[in-house]
Amino acid sequence: MNLQIQIDSKNNLSIVHLSGEIDVYTAPKLKEALLPLTKTHNGLVEVDLEKVSYMDSTGLGVFINALKLSTEHDCKLRLVNLQDRVLRLFQITGLHEIMDLNSTIRGVDE
Amino acid sequence: MDTKDLDARTYADLLSRYIETQDERALYGAEKISKSFIRKNILPEEIVNLHIQALLDIYPESRDQILPSMNFLLEAMISYGLAHQEYQMLREKQLEIKSEIQVAARMQKMLMQTEIPEIKGLDIGVISVPANQMNGDYHHFVKDKDGSISIAIADVIGKGVPAALAMSMIKYAMDSFPASRMSTSTILASLNRVVEQNVDPGMFITMFYAQYEPKTGKLHYSSAGHEPGFFFSKKKNRFIDIDAKGLVLGVNQNTTYSQSELLLEKEDMVILLTDGVTECQKDGKFIEREDIVEVIKKYMHLTSQEIVNRVYRHFERLQNFDLRDDFTLVIFKKVV
Repeated sequence: MNLQIQIDSKNNLSIVHLSGEIDVYTAPKLKEALLPLTKTHNGLVEVDLEKVSYMDSTGLGVFINALKLSTEHDCKLRLVNLQDRVLRLFQITGLHEIMDLNSTIRGVDE
Repeated sequence: MDTKDLDARTYADLLSRYIETQDERALYGAEKISKSFIRKNILPEEIVNLHIQALLDIYPESRDQILPSMNFLLEAMISYGLAHQEYQMLREKQLEIKSEIQVAARMQKMLMQTEIPEIKGLDIGVISVPANQMNGDYHHFVKDKDGSISIAIADVIGKGVPAALAMSMIKYAMDSFPASRMSTSTILASLNRVVEQNVDPGMFITMFYAQYEPKTGKLHYSSAGHEPGFFFSKKKNRFIDIDAKGLVLGVNQNTTYSQSELLLEKEDMVILLTDGVTECQKDGKFIEREDIVEVIKKYMHLTSQEIVNRVYRHFERLQNFDLRDDFTLVIFKKVV
């Protein structure tokens, strides 16, 4: 299974659409795409996980890394549309308490 | 005559026999000699050279026809020869790395050795199997002076060598704790600071830490984002999730942890696990936590060690003996 990444950026807002599985094989690709975005000063990075059917702890690691970077750069990171199994992973690990997990998604033009 | 010359002679003989008779046995001989060439590391262009010499011996009068075409082939084979040499080198390198990892895995095994302590009235069983050579799961038992027992189970993100290295760090941090017993929440908070300062920003560890007091039957526990275990209450004849909230280790330096308590009665059982257990798959679908409970129920009349062994074997078989992640399961039963 693969991971497709599509990024729409406008001004300081980036929306990252993910589709597929985030695991030990696809996580490096996500890391490469996501981390540079979280260094946008005063930016907002929204990650749409609606089409992500599976994620393992390696994927969580990428989001933790992104969260740390975005805090450093005064950038906001928000994850939206998580499927149950993926959401459960954030809940078990306590990350839902420190991460912005939102079920609605905004368009670039809003 | 060295073996190379011997091979050359055999090759020439086989070739002339085959040209004359087209005998299958000569072909079989060619197959055998090609294996011998590989063993002796003979390059493709050397074989072509052998072939040229043999042909020239058989058809000396066709020298002018044979030579140019064969020299052409010889040139064409040279790159294959180089690729083959590179392949040989990589193979040796790979063997080297493999043996290094084997040494590291043995060292890790020694480092992580933890003996199941004898605690009166408690029947403990544990199994921990790495998906690859090195284990990113960790468990340990410590018997305190006051007769209580501490049990830790942890899982490092990822697997293999990096996970194992992080695990060693946890082990040393825990060894350096003072001998007097600290609360489970304090232990996780201290470990969190060690991990946060020493790991990669994308790395983290989940851990469940429990202390059991045989005198009172009380189990104190805290969790740092670890896969919830199960508590089996004999009285209610029910499995309950051991819910404990807490952030994984290594994310936020100032994280605090809460501590909860369970009272174990006779024949109650506590099951701790890592996500290598819950992430088992059957026919491409993940198993549910209830599936794990069902399997445990089937074997719960046995001793704890027998239960964990059987449960492991069950899921190993379910996945055709191919573990995707490190698998650790700890069970303890109050027997008196």
